[in-house]
Amino acid sequence: MADYNMHLLVCGGTGCKASQSELIKMNLKNQLTELGLEEDIQVIHTGCFGFCEKGPIVKIQPDNTFYVSVTPEDTKEIIEEHIVKGRKVERLLYKDPSTKTSIIESKNMDFYKKQVRIALRNCGFINPDNIEEYVANDGYEALAKCLGEMTPEETTKLIIDSGLRGRGGGGFPTGLKWDITRKVEGDQKYVVCNADEGDPGAFMDRSILEGDPHTVIEAMAICGYCIGADKGLVYIRAEYPLAIERLKTAIGQAQEYGLLGEGILGTDFNFDIELRYGAGAFVCGEETALIHSMEGLRGEPTFKPPFPSVSGYLGKPTNVNNVETFANIPPIINKGAEWFGSIGTENSKGTKVFALAGKINNVGLIEVPMGTTLREVVYDIGGGIKDGKEFKAVQTGGPSGGCLTKDFLDTPIEYDSLIAAGSMMGSGGMIVMDEDDCMVAIAKFYLEFTLDESCGKCTPCRIGNKRLYEILDKITEGKGEPEDLDRLRALSDVVKDTSLCGLGQSSPNPILSTIENFFGEYESHVTIQKCPAGQCKSLLQYIIEDEKCTGCTLCFRHCPVGAISGEKRSPHFIDQSLCIKCGVCYQKCKFDAIKIA
Amino acid sequence: MPKIKLAEKTIEVIREICAKFNNEEGELINVLHGVQDQLGYLPAEVQEVIANELNMSVAKVYGVVTFYSFFSMIPQGEHPISICMGTACYVRGSEQVLTEFKRQLKIEVGQTTADGRFSINCLRCVGACGLAPVVLVGDRVYGRVSPQQVNKIISEYQEGCPAEETKTV
Repeated sequence: MADYNMHLLVCGGTGCKASQSELIKMNLKNQLTELGLEEDIQVIHTGCFGFCEKGPIVKIQPDNTFYVSVTPEDTKEIIEEHIVKGRKVERLLYKDPSTKTSIIESKNMDFYKKQVRIALRNCGFINPDNIEEYVANDGYEALAKCLGEMTPEETTKLIIDSGLRGRGGGGFPTGLKWDITRKVEGDQKYVVCNADEGDPGAFMDRSILEGDPHTVIEAMAICGYCIGADKGLVYIRAEYPLAIERLKTAIGQAQEYGLLGEGILGTDFNFDIELRYGAGAFVCGEETALIHSMEGLRGEPTFKPPFPSVSGYLGKPTNVNNVETFANIPPIINKGAEWFGSIGTENSKGTKVFALAGKINNVGLIEVPMGTTLREVVYDIGGGIKDGKEFKAVQTGGPSGGCLTKDFLDTPIEYDSLIAAGSMMGSGGMIVMDEDDCMVAIAKFYLEFTLDESCGKCTPCRIGNKRLYEILDKITEGKGEPEDLDRLRALSDVVKDTSLCGLGQSSPNPILSTIENFFGEYESHVTIQKCPAGQCKSLLQYIIEDEKCTGCTLCFRHCPVGAISGEKRSPHFIDQSLCIKCGVCYQKCKFDAIKIA
Repeated sequence: MPKIKLAEKTIEVIREICAKFNNEEGELINVLHGVQDQLGYLPAEVQEVIANELNMSVAKVYGVVTFYSFFSMIPQGEHPISICMGTACYVRGSEQVLTEFKRQLKIEVGQTTADGRFSINCLRCVGACGLAPVVLVGDRVYGRVSPQQVNKIISEYQEGCPAEETKTV
């Protein structure tokens, strides 16, 4: 990296790529070449910066200028002004929403201030396709340290001491898992990386693989060294083409540098990694289902024990960890268990990455120390609720988790406190909802997901969830009755208690937590047939209030089905038989003349 | 479903893919990925050839194909439309966008229009939650889509592909 005076870092994460960051990078390169500066200034694409709301992002080093919402047309100005004349392009800088002042460096933005980046330490800083940049940032130092100075026992003990727990959802102590697999006798063992991120609304694993693939490779090799495995497998979603490509490139480079393969770093330790592709099945996030899928079978879970540590892939002892868990390993080895233990809380050490999304101002990928409160995440980092609306709930844990109300805003984020609050950590999806979101509809949304993804092997999950979904559907259609709420509760308990794997055991959580926290909303659906949030279409009507309507024709012009009629400058009328309740008129009306009844 | 006759060439393609994975039963999912990549979908006849090559029952192959949502037994439209139904997109209104696509194209999820041009599918989280709600047409990503933009997106593809964006300054 030392040969260049300046680096232009362009975000190459999925979100920014979708907003033409590739073209931005190309434009920057071409324009630098035209000016004959290509030898002095390097343009690289990095992994996700996290601030997806303001993408695409271009960061300039060494002065750390952070440009947001850059378009391909803006590149010329960046080059001519910033690079050539040394003047910052004011209009592309981030504006603090409260003070309206421009902020140049990302570390001064509220979005980044409270974040501590361990798993995401390299995302947005290095070129993921260049192993040398990883090495320059302490890359493969942890592996060298383990192989050179530490025994597998010592390394495992270090991970146990650090208190790291699985980041995929379960929260099982990682070191302990390694220790169990290490102690099992076996001629062949496997290290598996679970990159089958299935929680809808969580994309941290993909961002790590896209932004820093080598950290996963290094950690898997360390794990292999600890448990005595010479083979690693990454089970990755086929829907993640960019992550697959970057991982493949990284594996190739590691092999070339002798960091994978035989006799790594001159020792007698051998380790290599292969990819296995998922094909879109949420249940494959469950270890045993994942292993069956890697064997080419239907991804159905089996009863534990035996645990994969004893009998996993092809019946051999197998250690399965998720991507984010692995990304924590190299820093722990480099900086020590004590350092890691100093971050976070008593029972939840370190940090957690969350995909913050939904009705929030700053959508993005964040990493915060355990123990940070939901309020800090939603208001300080997330910048509050979109369009000045009222906060209603935050959903954590995806389809297995629950919705937390504003009463829980001061709950510290840790494994145990979230469970106590009726939700769970899960893999890190965090969806913020506002006053317009109906909690019954949200529960139904998650149940529909579970229904789709249930493998069908055990009856409670296959049929129980179907019945739960039907009851919820009935309620949102306005046909519910008060007894339905008892039925939902009773059946939820049965499904939880009797399902075979984690999917079914947790699938009723979204229902139970919403009934618990938003009972009034359910009640209103089943007693007076009203949806307080105004989301359940069967329970609402859009009506134009004559007194307020000015006859501006805006609603008439935007109605996609021609259900609105009326003369210019006189009140309009909605034909209920034609109305599809899309709500466009409601959004468009400038006079507040359309009400939901 | 009407029976289709596979061309010799197609069978050869399938065989080659199976051979690449040493005709091993354990490689079934990789084989299916490879074949779907080449043919676009996995009809029953293709599954028969694969079962034969890997020396396993067609039922097992079918069981795996239908288990995973990535594998499809019907051909996709020329412009496959995928609407993200991840939670982030859902709370930002992807359901209304989906309804509008279904209404305008007059097909349901998992179907293809009669002229074979469009098909609609749902997917779970593309990881571009900052752009929610997200719609993919082929590989092209449309962000912050509202029901009102649906017509415009469809019409972009009515007369062939939209002009590739190669705008440079």
